[in-house]
Amino acid sequence: MARYLFGRLVGVLVVFFIVSVVIFLLMHAIPGGPYNEDKVPLSAEAKANYMRKYGLDRPLVEQYLLYMGNALRGDFGVPFQSPTETVSGLIARTWPVSASIGGLALLVALPLGLLLGTLAAARQNTWVDYLTSATATLGITVPNFVIAVWLVLLFAVQLKWLPTGGWGQWQHYVMPVAALALAPMALTARYTRTSILEVSRSDYVRTARAKGLSDRQIMVRHVLRNAMIPLLTILAPQIPNLITGTIFIESIFRVPGLGKFFVTSILARDYPMIMALMLLVAVVWSLVYLVTDILYTVVDPRVRLEKSRT
Amino acid sequence: MSTSTLASVQSRQLQDLPKQRTLLGDAARRFARNKLALLGLAMVSILLLTAIFADFIAPYPYDAANPAKALQFPSREHWMGTDEVGRDVYSRIIYGTRISLTVGVGVMAMALLIGIPLGLLAGLAGGAVDYFIMRLVEVFTAVPALMLALLLLSVFGGGLFNVILALGVVAWLDACRLLRAQLLSLRERDFVLAARMLGATSTRIAVRHLLPNTVAPLIVAATIGIPTAIFAEAGLSFLGLGINDPIPSWGKMVGNALSYMRVYWHLGVFPTLAIAITMLGFTFFGDGLRDAFDASMNR
Repeated sequence: MARYLFGRLVGVLVVFFIVSVVIFLLMHAIPGGPYNEDKVPLSAEAKANYMRKYGLDRPLVEQYLLYMGNALRGDFGVPFQSPTETVSGLIARTWPVSASIGGLALLVALPLGLLLGTLAAARQNTWVDYLTSATATLGITVPNFVIAVWLVLLFAVQLKWLPTGGWGQWQHYVMPVAALALAPMALTARYTRTSILEVSRSDYVRTARAKGLSDRQIMVRHVLRNAMIPLLTILAPQIPNLITGTIFIESIFRVPGLGKFFVTSILARDYPMIMALMLLVAVVWSLVYLVTDILYTVVDPRVRLEKSRT
Repeated sequence: MSTSTLASVQSRQLQDLPKQRTLLGDAARRFARNKLALLGLAMVSILLLTAIFADFIAPYPYDAANPAKALQFPSREHWMGTDEVGRDVYSRIIYGTRISLTVGVGVMAMALLIGIPLGLLAGLAGGAVDYFIMRLVEVFTAVPALMLALLLLSVFGGGLFNVILALGVVAWLDACRLLRAQLLSLRERDFVLAARMLGATSTRIAVRHLLPNTVAPLIVAATIGIPTAIFAEAGLSFLGLGINDPIPSWGKMVGNALSYMRVYWHLGVFPTLAIAITMLGFTFFGDGLRDAFDASMNR
């Protein structure tokens, strides 16, 4: 296990390195710079000063090494969009907002999805199943920004139950969390249902039934545990997206989160911010990926992380 | 006369034979029995026809602006009202079908073209090949897809073709990962062990026992993939970085509507409905296909 983890860690670092180089090159390949005339009205001299101050006049390789050197020491630079604070400060201020909606959405979505999926499978081909499947289909297929627009039109504009803007009170959380939670909930419900039905037909479930276990015991001990395996593959990629903030939801509900910077950083050619966001997502993603792989071995002992000993 | 006799003899002989049943025939029969699947097929067909014949269906050109008639509510003249520069919303939605379908199919084709070979390689070859491919997948997944697409579009510019490329670059990950996971899991199954004990070669096991079992999951993946790509395009255009004006994209219409829709509800309602209906149609259709191919699900 230790050896496996070490190997994975090295792999993650290599991935980080490649990702950082690719993003660095790509963002510098975008025509225009952060201090071009279309962004800020600056004299040629002032522009040159800024370029020198942030090292933008140096060769790319040097810029990359400089950035990575600083980043390793915990200095991620200054966001060109808001030069009065640091990149770390900006992320520390906005990320918790995004993470809290995303986290809440997950907390709502997982148990609800599992419950609905299990119910639908247990009552296969009844109205419970059909209703759940219809909701799940809607949640999976209809994009969250479409749902968000509908929520705004219905609850904020038509019924006036919830505020259309602002941030801070619990009312402001309801619609963003609902809009974010629907898709993972629907995914969970659908895959739980499918895999429960699939597992229910397997021989070991028939065996369990034959030896006289109750339906509940079979469900918990044999069916659910095996049904979790495909669910892991489906749900894991949702987590980083949810907790790093989504620009659509945040712009529709005017949430002061991290989401919008994914777009504004690129538009403003805010190189330090682009790199920081990229690294942040890469870290979150690698962590989720690693944890998922380890979880696989917990729920499915047939999967082995290390090469099987022969 | 002699030919008709011959025909009747032949038909009698054919009746005597046991009915020939093919995988495709079975699937088609099961598909035809599934009402939701047929509904999906109908929706997808209507969308396709709309996209092809948009020129004949739309009452106005998609780019005919008329500031004097800006922000009108739905009327007999403009069924879905007009937008902030006075363009007919209904016509723009009709033409938007073209963009959405092209992106959906284009991205999915690109995804399968890259994802299937890589997934097969990873799942069947294993070892160093598998390690390399999975690290490649990891690199692409570690980059936020939206950000990569935005970066690519910023470098190469917007437009339909570039949107398809920018989305296709990451769209193959799911197909690849799914195919590999399926192969790995199938490999451990008893029927593979049985085949191996009977002396089947690795190639035969792969072709006869592993691959046929991966078709249904891939169909599911592709099904989820088309609407996902349509959604992604809508998202990029929503942010103003996808399809360029004046070409209509539903996502862009929703994005533009955000500042108006609290009063002019029609600007928010109709494009979102178009997106939702398209996604549902493709999903019903794909789910029907999956159920039809996967006989074991239909017991």
